[in-house]
Amino acid sequence: MRFDYHTRYRQGFALLRHPSDWLAYGLLAVVLLALPFFASTYLIGELGYVLILCIAAMGLMALTGFTGQVSLGHASFVAIGAYAHAWLLAQGVPFVLALPLAGVISAEAGLVVGIPAIRVSGLYLAMVTLAFSIVVEQVIGMWRGVTGGFMGMLVETPRIFGVSVGAPKYFYYVCLFVAVLVLLALANLMRSGIGRAFTGVRDSEAAAYALGIEVKRVKVGAFGLSAGITGLAGALMAHHIGYLTPDAFTLLLSLDLVLMVVIGGMGSLRGAILGAVLISFLPKGVALLKSALPDAMARQSGLEIFVAGLVLALFVLFEPMGLNGRWLKLRALFESFPLYRRDTFRRQKTYMKSERSR
Amino acid sequence: MTGPLLELDKVALHFGGLAAISDLSISVNAGEVLAVIGPNGAGKTSMLNLVTRVFEATKGRILFKGQDIARAPRSKIAHLGIARTFQNIELFDAASVLDNLLLGRHRFGAGAWWQQVLRTPGLTRREEDHRAKVETVIEFLDLSAWRNAQVASLPYGVRKVVELGRALCSEPEILFLDEPASGLNPEETRDLAFWIDDIRSDLGITVVMIEHDMSLVSAVADRVVCMAQGRVLAQGTSAEVQAHPDVISAYLGT
Repeated sequence: MRFDYHTRYRQGFALLRHPSDWLAYGLLAVVLLALPFFASTYLIGELGYVLILCIAAMGLMALTGFTGQVSLGHASFVAIGAYAHAWLLAQGVPFVLALPLAGVISAEAGLVVGIPAIRVSGLYLAMVTLAFSIVVEQVIGMWRGVTGGFMGMLVETPRIFGVSVGAPKYFYYVCLFVAVLVLLALANLMRSGIGRAFTGVRDSEAAAYALGIEVKRVKVGAFGLSAGITGLAGALMAHHIGYLTPDAFTLLLSLDLVLMVVIGGMGSLRGAILGAVLISFLPKGVALLKSALPDAMARQSGLEIFVAGLVLALFVLFEPMGLNGRWLKLRALFESFPLYRRDTFRRQKTYMKSERSR
Repeated sequence: MTGPLLELDKVALHFGGLAAISDLSISVNAGEVLAVIGPNGAGKTSMLNLVTRVFEATKGRILFKGQDIARAPRSKIAHLGIARTFQNIELFDAASVLDNLLLGRHRFGAGAWWQQVLRTPGLTRREEDHRAKVETVIEFLDLSAWRNAQVASLPYGVRKVVELGRALCSEPEILFLDEPASGLNPEETRDLAFWIDDIRSDLGITVVMIEHDMSLVSAVADRVVCMAQGRVLAQGTSAEVQAHPDVISAYLGT
């Protein structure tokens, strides 16, 4: 067991509270930084893609996990970020400027989509975002002058101050840098006033109003923030794909993002990252599995989707708190090793349920 | 200050043809504990919802420190120094007690967004100041055992206290309690009576409480207003109101 002995409040809300945290995250950082020297080019390319998905999942987590607004259209923000970035590069805007600008453009689109969120929530909001993503897909297809239409458009090689970072090895570092930046920014935001306002709006709008939180602004702002971060992911994704077509950003990508957030565990950035890692490695795991399966099963189409669905179903049944919940339990197990009780995390009905509580 | 702290002046609230509140005038003096009683459907909570701008008053004025707030935006009410609790607890269930109380500090600001993103030293100091204020409330309400607990895992009685604490964290001038004793056991109700007394005399906060528990009302309230069918039926001390013939007939029927 570990007992904190804090002498200042700031120790209580530090990001890394214990020396062991510093050690663990330091080790992780060293491994991530050293990977390109050991891993194959293919693996590094894939890892860069995983990092991009981590960024997008963190963006969706800010909206769905922290503010409680469902979005089935986040692929469209990935698309907007990607196309905006590629277009800006084609106009001669340097990479380091085009990347944040793509995020800003995507955030603006997010603010527009966020306006209906003031009035609708839950399933209806999901439908609005779904409709938006279909509209975006069509607009991209039709707007030939900017997006190249259904024929697609080529993305220029990323250059930072004249040096090409297009090779997977270097681009991996770019993705890592952006991912860490987004993670730190969101972690700081979520433990400050804005993050608290987000959770306030998620859990009780009536109370949020009564405390002086401008609920509508928070809702729209959360959409903007989320879309902006997802747009950043899109901009990086443009380079990963290399050639943009509208069918790269379909509903399946949106659903994958939702899956990452749900399986990762609502309301936790760690969950978003763990979920993104799991979901993006799932198809590769299935590919490995195929070689071990009998031929008749391995050649069935839709095996990947089946496994993804199975994983989701298992999580909903056995671990509603997602990967993050599992992580917290494992950590509690190790910290209190011989004394860990299986019921530690079991929710008890300690009170008569009032009509509102579930 | 001259005049009452809060004054409802001939307020009416209609839902279509239904008059939930008609021609209601109530004034609350600074530094008193006012209890509002009345049978179900009398319009007590509607009155509170009018003041906190959940509902739009059909007619009349609501004066807080002489300023008409009957048309003020809903999220501005807390910034004026009006806090409330809810009849069916409205806490942020997935957050810790500490975060719930910190949200009570929302009206004092949490720094610009870029300061929050960068977590500047100034912001850390500000967060520490908020935390220190929250700790005084935790001490006042004896919540230290629950400080880091998730609200969803708390017993009902503790949730009620957390909600009261969250309202106190916003350092209001006037505090509305909507049935604070409902669902509490006698011991918790006694604690609550002491707290309400302390909130008034130590913290100097005016308290308006809607309550059915007459033992609590007579223990802490300076003045009692009885409402029925959207109007004031009687007001005065607890004993006067309880003895009023109209009040008795409103509760028992004629």
